[in-house]
Amino acid sequence: MRHILLLLTLTFTSQLYAADGKLLATPGISQIEGAGGGGFVPWAQLAGYGSRDEIAANVFCSGANVDDYDLHVCGAQATFYDRVEFSVAKQKFHVDALNLNIKQHVLGVKARLYGDIVYSRFPQISLGIQHKKLDDPTVAYLLGADEDSGTDVYLAASKLHLGAIGGYNWLWNITARSTEANQTGLLGFGSAERGNQREIVLEASTAILFGRHLALGVEYRQKPDNLGLKEDDWSNVFVAWFPNKVISLTAAWLDLGEIAGAKNQKGAYFSVTGYF
Amino acid sequence: MLTNFRNSFFGACCLLFAGCATTPQTTLYDKLGGEPGIHNIVENLVQEIGRDEQVFHYFAQSRVSRFKENLIEHFCAISDGPCQYTGDNMVDIHTGMNINERDFNHLVDLLINAMDDEGIPHRIQNQLIARLAPLREEIIYR
Repeated sequence: MRHILLLLTLTFTSQLYAADGKLLATPGISQIEGAGGGGFVPWAQLAGYGSRDEIAANVFCSGANVDDYDLHVCGAQATFYDRVEFSVAKQKFHVDALNLNIKQHVLGVKARLYGDIVYSRFPQISLGIQHKKLDDPTVAYLLGADEDSGTDVYLAASKLHLGAIGGYNWLWNITARSTEANQTGLLGFGSAERGNQREIVLEASTAILFGRHLALGVEYRQKPDNLGLKEDDWSNVFVAWFPNKVISLTAAWLDLGEIAGAKNQKGAYFSVTGYF
Repeated sequence: MLTNFRNSFFGACCLLFAGCATTPQTTLYDKLGGEPGIHNIVENLVQEIGRDEQVFHYFAQSRVSRFKENLIEHFCAISDGPCQYTGDNMVDIHTGMNINERDFNHLVDLLINAMDDEGIPHRIQNQLIARLAPLREEIIYR
């Protein structure tokens, strides 16, 4: 229902104004913590189609459904002059076994430090932070987390190579993130037993654009394991469709590994982003 | 007799090697349809620009025939065709136009439309765009 409302709003408001200064599909979509990126990974691109002379605003909703959990996220980004991106995201993580929801808010800022993913000689580089806070840390504390809020800092590099693979455009992104989050913060931050657990994890995405409107890719997100619950790295395979510069639709297949004792969490993911 | 044989032997060798040297190395120029292909792409692009509110003003002062000739020559040269670009350099042409990033990308979209209309496959389009992309810094905000 929320998605339908979003679609309707988009269709009407997009007639009024939309930033459209970047090439189709090049800004990517919205990742689960709200930043412009892939599905899991924040990319160096700033969200939306705003060029150096434009302001862009985007809204998105995503849903993931794996064996024992669901995640619903909605959020928004505002990007100023392709220099800085502000983002908010509200996550609702449903734990089937306990029949309860864990809610988390994420505020993000990302600044473009260098380059343009299409045109500059070297990859585009951006630096970002994500501040996360759980509404109710009961579950996190039960599992041994130290804090109910935390801040990630990441550096991302991204490049689109024109016609690089059999004539198709090829995108890659690598992100290094400093974090103490357990399952991206949904299970709290750090470990009460082991104290400060901040570490650097690597995340990567790559995609081939089959035509102007369709991207096929994979993502990998390394994760820490502060709680000793065998937290696994995440991966996905995605297909993203960009019919125009107003909307994108993404479907993915996720492999989230073990989450809090539940093994082999796999399932589907859908996401829609509207660009203004 | 022997000389004749030698001559024809060398002649055959020459032919053979010459044959090797000119084995059709398909250039991007060929893939774009050669001279007529590039002519049509540029013709389509000019039509696109003429209909376009966003970027037409940049071209309003240009002489269309000269613009077409220069662009055909430029596309031909950059795609390894049998041409030498003799026009002015990119910086000189675009200085004072103050083309911004958004309008530049819009022009890329128009070029894509122009190539679509000429039936140039997506993968070939990307190769031409890849060769033109490095020129952007000599074109925008001048």
